[in-house]
Amino acid sequence: MARKLPSVDALMIGFGWTGAIMAQELTDAGLNVLALERGAWADTSREFATTFAQDELRYFWRHDLFQTAAHDTQTIRNDASQVALPMRKLGSYLPGTNVGGAGVHWNGQTWRFLPSDFVARSHNLQRYGAGAIPDTMTIQDWGITYDDLEPHYDRFEKLCGISGKAGNLDGQIQPGGNPFEGPRRNEYPNPPMAMSYPPALFAEAAQGLGFHPFPQPSANMSQAYTNPLGVRLEKCTYCGFCEKFACGNYSKASAQTTILPVLMKKPNFRLRTECEVTKINLDSSGKRAVSVTYVDAAGEEYEQPAELIVMCSYILNNVRLLLLSGIGIPYDPQTGQGVIGKNYAYQITSSVNLFFDDKILNPFIGAGAHGMLVDEWNGDNFDHTGLGFIGGGYLGVVQTGARPIETHPVPEGTPAWGAAFKKAVAANYLKSMSIATHGAVMSHRGNYLDLDPTYRDVYGRPLLRMTFDFTDNEHRMSDYLTDRAAEIARAMRPREIKVNRRKGSWDVVPYQTTHNTGGAIMGSDPATSAVNRYLQSWDVSNLFVMGASAFPQNPGYNPTGTVAALAYASAAAITQRYLKAPGALA
Amino acid sequence: MDEPRLSRRRLLTAGAVITAVPVVTAAAAAATLGGSDVPFKEGQANAPLAADTTSSWNWFTDAEAAFVSAAVARLIPADDLGPGALEAGVPTFIDRQLAGAYGRGERWYMQGPWSPGLPTQGYQTRLTPAGLYRAAIKAIDAAVVRESRGASFSKLAAADQDAFLHRLEKGEVALDGVDAKAFFEQLLQNTLEGFWSDPIYGGNKDMAGWKLIGFPGARYDNSDFVAQHGQKYPLPPVGLTGRVEWIRS
Repeated sequence: MARKLPSVDALMIGFGWTGAIMAQELTDAGLNVLALERGAWADTSREFATTFAQDELRYFWRHDLFQTAAHDTQTIRNDASQVALPMRKLGSYLPGTNVGGAGVHWNGQTWRFLPSDFVARSHNLQRYGAGAIPDTMTIQDWGITYDDLEPHYDRFEKLCGISGKAGNLDGQIQPGGNPFEGPRRNEYPNPPMAMSYPPALFAEAAQGLGFHPFPQPSANMSQAYTNPLGVRLEKCTYCGFCEKFACGNYSKASAQTTILPVLMKKPNFRLRTECEVTKINLDSSGKRAVSVTYVDAAGEEYEQPAELIVMCSYILNNVRLLLLSGIGIPYDPQTGQGVIGKNYAYQITSSVNLFFDDKILNPFIGAGAHGMLVDEWNGDNFDHTGLGFIGGGYLGVVQTGARPIETHPVPEGTPAWGAAFKKAVAANYLKSMSIATHGAVMSHRGNYLDLDPTYRDVYGRPLLRMTFDFTDNEHRMSDYLTDRAAEIARAMRPREIKVNRRKGSWDVVPYQTTHNTGGAIMGSDPATSAVNRYLQSWDVSNLFVMGASAFPQNPGYNPTGTVAALAYASAAAITQRYLKAPGALA
Repeated sequence: MDEPRLSRRRLLTAGAVITAVPVVTAAAAAATLGGSDVPFKEGQANAPLAADTTSSWNWFTDAEAAFVSAAVARLIPADDLGPGALEAGVPTFIDRQLAGAYGRGERWYMQGPWSPGLPTQGYQTRLTPAGLYRAAIKAIDAAVVRESRGASFSKLAAADQDAFLHRLEKGEVALDGVDAKAFFEQLLQNTLEGFWSDPIYGGNKDMAGWKLIGFPGARYDNSDFVAQHGQKYPLPPVGLTGRVEWIRS
């Protein structure tokens, strides 16, 4: 029998980026806030110190910062005709655990989506006609616009001290920035990072071809920075251990380096770690959440009542907890009815390796978001007429650091082992680089999340089942981006290139991106979305669902900037409107 | 395994010779036990630590160590460019990894039911990494004997070892209870890990792997070099416990 605890004003389920943002805003509004995190406490000085942070084996290959599959994983299949099997070890994506969540081991690539991304359905219908969207492509408008989110993007960029160069200030195109971005009210809070040789070579070639290269917006500090909360971050040292690693140098924005030093001191905030929420409990009407049930590290079960509950876990956990709690109607791919689990999407990536004889590139010098990119073929920045796909992505050189177990590129035709392999790695490691493409994944009727009928987690609850594959739209789009990348690669005049297209079905084995999206999507109609434009559950008005689970489809950019902007927008609606008159905001 | 006991494997081998049909594979856990074949628990890295005081290995038997030493020496051979995986201590690295949490698959989801699945569904065997090595090496040496190539893989000539490894890589060797291709992928991955991970884990001895390619290791401040385009990086590699010259051997 669960022990019942005293009620709190607001409860955060999960304590990563969105949990920290929301707790900071709600405690500022005077609420008593409690956060429950299933992982452990983690901070820079003890867990990620520079004396041991640069350890490729421990952190990437042995998953030290990631979710433990033994505890909870997903079952996966490419389509409903297959039997889903558990992802027994992590591969394609790497969800985080512990305080700070995946925001501890992210790269820091911090984007705004394009204005047209937020109206993907209506925009594409208007420009290309009804034939541009197949019946099986279930893309939707977001119910919120770029202009609505602009001030919230701005807040997150200032919180983090994003390094970058504006391309569009109040409608005025700025040289050196991304001319395709939506209009910004303010320049980035920090200048772009210093560029190592590979991104600089890419930018030179892209510029020569008439494109508009720009520095990637980065949560790695180009200089020391004190954020609006008074928390100081330090200048990045380009150590090349950012992606899949924690920063020991206070140089990458995370909950730990931007919010927690302030939030943890507040008398009206409490965090309980190693407490996993197993269910959200509703009242008899089913329209109000009254409490959560959670299990602590000793296996004791508690019931924690709260007036307001905010789901701040990773998207896959948010969707699963909604399904396990019986909130919202589960999506049915046969009928297209129901909303929970609908429109799961991902990211599609490819690359082109370049091998030089005459250039020392020192590819180990890097940072998570240290690159030069072009956005000519993202979103609807180009005419798609006759191309057979919608959407796009960015491409360019992001030098995250060539850690050698993961990155030891060899030319086409090199054996995978033996003397010839060794010779090729030795000859090419310092003289190779790669252009990456990062593409959108539209939502499709057959790609969805539900509960697995067979496999269980450590508590005996069903695992989440993921049914997902790339469709023709994604492959055509990714191939198109890859061809553009290869053209720029050839203009850089390397000795040779190797083109790595994304072929065939989605494969859980090789790492791709931790950009899982959808399943509890936002929108303006409760029949086709799980949450409204304020991320408030249509069914349970004192429940809000943060995260990329709200994306109706996944645009061609990294998600964190938009995840955070949506959290700020939601917090503003709660503090300015909901607290005065609790109830449905839309 | 010199005693004249008729084990299940030998029985199957004899059967294969007589009938000249492929050996039917069975789950590794279902082996007939006897003599020195009795495992503490099949496929698990939980043997009592004091079991063999004559061995310097944490997990490998001497026969397993002989296989791994021979195989990694072919995957990354010593040559005029420098030490190979064997000289860099990769067998020590793999032995230590298999004896610990990784070898036990502690972070992996290892609940049934079990099904081979599709290639896009990834690792689906019930064997932990340590168990996979144990079962695979036994099966590989048995296959070498069965094919009348020699007494064990490690006793073959280098060219024959290469040819056998190529067949494993392509999944062309029938191994009793083990997916040959899955084991080869595991072995190659662990070899690369041992060659290029921090020396603290037992491989990459004297930072040979890093020196081969020019990786400077666990350096945390490259500020002075980020804008030095095209310049050779001037500093020697450093590990988590310091430079080669500073580490006690």
